[in-house]
Amino acid sequence: MSLLLALILSPLFLGIIVRTKAFFAGRKGQPLLQFYYDLVKLLRKGVVYSSSTTLVFRLSPWLALATVGTALFILPLPGYSGWISFPGDFFVLFSLLGVLRFSLVCSALDTGSSFEGMGASREMFISFLAEPALLLSFLVLAFGLEGYTLKEILSHPFSIGAGRTVALYFISVSLLIVLLAENSRIPFDDPNTHLELTMIHEVMVLDHSGPDLAGILYSSALKLWILGSLWVGISIPVRWGIFYIDVLVFLGSMGLLAVIIGIIESILARVRMIRVSHALSLATVLAGLALLWTIG
Amino acid sequence: MAWILVILPLLFGSLSLILRNHRIVWVLLLFGGILHSVITLWVWIRPIEGNSLVFLDPLGMLILTVTSALFLMVVFYSIGYLKNHKERSSLTVGCLFLFLAAMSLVSVSADMGLLWVAVEATTLASAPLIYFHKNHQSLEAAWKYLLICSVGIALALMGNIFLSYAGGDSIEGLYIPDLLQNANRLDPRWLKVAFILFLVGYGTKMGLAPLHSWLPDAHSEAPSMVSALLSGSLLNCAFLGILRAFGILRLSGLEEWGGNILILFGVSSLIMAALFLIQQTDFKRMLAYSSVEHMGILALGIGVGGLAGTGALLHLINHSLAKSFMFLVAGNILVFYQTKNIDSVTGLIQKTPKTAFLWMAGFLAIAGSPPFGLFMSEWIILKGLIDSEQWVLIIVYLLALFIVFASIAKYIISMTFSDSSPTVEESKGSFRRNEPLWMWVPPFLLASVTLILGLYVPQALLSFLSAIFPGMGGI
Amino acid sequence: MDDILLNLVVVIILLSNIRLLNTSRIPVMIVSVAIQGWVIGSLPLVLHWERFQLTLVFITLITVTIKGVILPRLLNRSMQQAGVIREEEPFVGPTSSLLIGLFLLSLSFWITSTLRSSLPEGLSFIPVLALFTVFNGLFLIVSRKKAITQVIGYLTLENGVYAFGAALAVDHPFLVELGVLLDVWVGVFIMGIAIYHINREFDHIDTDKLSTLKH
Repeated sequence: MSLLLALILSPLFLGIIVRTKAFFAGRKGQPLLQFYYDLVKLLRKGVVYSSSTTLVFRLSPWLALATVGTALFILPLPGYSGWISFPGDFFVLFSLLGVLRFSLVCSALDTGSSFEGMGASREMFISFLAEPALLLSFLVLAFGLEGYTLKEILSHPFSIGAGRTVALYFISVSLLIVLLAENSRIPFDDPNTHLELTMIHEVMVLDHSGPDLAGILYSSALKLWILGSLWVGISIPVRWGIFYIDVLVFLGSMGLLAVIIGIIESILARVRMIRVSHALSLATVLAGLALLWTIG
Repeated sequence: MAWILVILPLLFGSLSLILRNHRIVWVLLLFGGILHSVITLWVWIRPIEGNSLVFLDPLGMLILTVTSALFLMVVFYSIGYLKNHKERSSLTVGCLFLFLAAMSLVSVSADMGLLWVAVEATTLASAPLIYFHKNHQSLEAAWKYLLICSVGIALALMGNIFLSYAGGDSIEGLYIPDLLQNANRLDPRWLKVAFILFLVGYGTKMGLAPLHSWLPDAHSEAPSMVSALLSGSLLNCAFLGILRAFGILRLSGLEEWGGNILILFGVSSLIMAALFLIQQTDFKRMLAYSSVEHMGILALGIGVGGLAGTGALLHLINHSLAKSFMFLVAGNILVFYQTKNIDSVTGLIQKTPKTAFLWMAGFLAIAGSPPFGLFMSEWIILKGLIDSEQWVLIIVYLLALFIVFASIAKYIISMTFSDSSPTVEESKGSFRRNEPLWMWVPPFLLASVTLILGLYVPQALLSFLSAIFPGMGGI
Repeated sequence: MDDILLNLVVVIILLSNIRLLNTSRIPVMIVSVAIQGWVIGSLPLVLHWERFQLTLVFITLITVTIKGVILPRLLNRSMQQAGVIREEEPFVGPTSSLLIGLFLLSLSFWITSTLRSSLPEGLSFIPVLALFTVFNGLFLIVSRKKAITQVIGYLTLENGVYAFGAALAVDHPFLVELGVLLDVWVGVFIMGIAIYHINREFDHIDTDKLSTLKH
């Protein structure tokens, strides 16, 4: 179920973000389903490969899709079990996202373009700083809830214990920062920028075209969906116990998250690279606060 | 009745801040100083009842008397000193009185909370005095003083809060006799934390190393009579805060634990002061570090307890007298030579014989050699140390005293007896040689008392001191 | 409801401390310390809701006014007089300050671990917060150069002390609370004057230039 929802709805999620931004900017904005049209259009196009690229470049979009697809098997609906569930599964989930990033970075380096190399380096820099916050947050949750699968962590985050719920707030903020950083959203990166120098994520995929580009865009949307549903699972812990209501609540929360991201992107400007590290160290420190509050 | 000791200087202080005429202000200063000491004497003859906020117990009386006596001497000196600074008379005298009021309040407080307010008030009243000269250095000193002491005071407030929590439901408020009576019902965990906070907080104000960093600056930049009061009275007042807390700690059966911490601070002050004294270029800073050293001795003596505790209380009196007269004499030298640099002061004995004589006597006194009182009290403390068989402490104590003696001797003898090269003022012909009465009579009187205490310690005084902390033991 | 309120208090105090550590803009610091003043000033009422008394309300009102309104205004004024809005080069940078803050928080957990056991359940997190705030204030004082940021550090320290008072000494509030007010009020007032003088004398308020006096 979670798998299907993700596959179907993740481009819509992006659509909501874009519409929210348009609303705040006073524009009408593109249709909600624009990303579906884009994907279909790209799939119908042919592919152009630069003569300097190798097999790595051709494989990477499909490797990216494959890793995200595998990750989706682990991702549960909040409160329910994923298709695959075992103690420590969140480590595997994050590692799969790491492989996704690795494949994209490899293809960017493979083109030999200096811009793409720079983008790859920045992408790695940001992830390098975001990863500790992400892992620390989930360790705190696993530790505080004494549950080591994603199902247990996301079922009842508020059962973390009296006086410790504060930790959840911190983790929530920390994860939101990580979410924005990992998915190249403002204030870390601007998905709509048109200048190669200022791009981070987008510059890495400049040479991809056609179905390849569609695969990459789709896997990015899925990655946003995965991190988003983790955030929703922790931050909006409403569980009715009835499956269909829970699904509806989950979808509503995802919509809310998309609106929140849209608002954040509307009110914040993109920060300088040097401030990126400040923001991400803040995320790590917040996760650290949560850790102290849980074990102290 | 005890309130009058506080209200009187407060009144005089506000008066002199309002009446800006310097002559009237000087009269007020003289009158107020004499009146305060008369009342203090009167309180000795006719003991008065305390109430829930103020009382006069032996320990408070001791501090109050020392403060009052020093203030009287400083009054005489200040009037002479302020003749050269007429325009600042009003503010200075006003602050001096407020300072006296705050210090009197410290001595008579019967409530740990009120004591805290009073110690805070001393900081606020004395900060403008340190900024007397209105130049960069004095501003720096005043800023450091304000900031560091305020932080210390904030920690002491935390001590108060913890102390009141340690009392739980059984003890209402922070009335000291109440706390002493019910000391064994205090929760020891919270009491210990409270004591550490008091020690750090008031210890900052008292100048215990490593929290002493404001002290040399403030003492060297303040005008000399203020330095005398700071060193002779203010440090005692801060020590009183620690002593009150220690008194409660003793009765709750944590004497040894608290004593060890006091010893730790005392020894570190002794060592730190001795090390810093080896290289000094400024004679007022030298005196300030000597204050740190003596505060260390006080903490050490009280911490060891027994005979050493009594010795420490005697040492408190002696140090106040000796150090304040040293600062007054240092003020004289500053007036003559217009410099605080040790090397620039030469041939004191030929130029200004009376000051030179007092300076030498002061050296013997603060370095702790006979025939002055500090020798007596340091000797008693040493005997107390030997009695309690703290051999390591004895070695550190003697070594530090020796280093201090040697370094101070080096500076003072060179200042007094070196060949008198003509100073700048002398070559300009503006060097003043005459030593008016105000310059040497107050220090001389203080020196005489120290001398007498060195030659003969009245048995009555000793039994009074040893009765302050029951069970500390007399001679 | 009660739980959410307490959580909110904890979060705001922690976050304001974090914000104080990782910003170099003095207006932001002033706002953070003001917000902290609001929350900590209302602690007596929040923590001892069941013992609702008029004196408690009175104290809360005064504290919040002073800590949350008057002092920030004073600070703002001396900031404008001095013409500094940035702590240019602190001894410890923002990111390292954050990590040190984390260390200080763990230190406060460690130090208060024995004391917390003797506190009632609802109060047990206050010593940690208060001690963290105290440490934070001390750290700001030693790691920042400008006189005004040091005063902000001092205010933070006072906030921490007040939090202790609000949690522990609410049975005999008057002396302690009024003591705090006097302390903050007069202390900062005089420090404000001192900043003014430093500014006039030195044309700036860097206290590391105040270093003619050594040893």
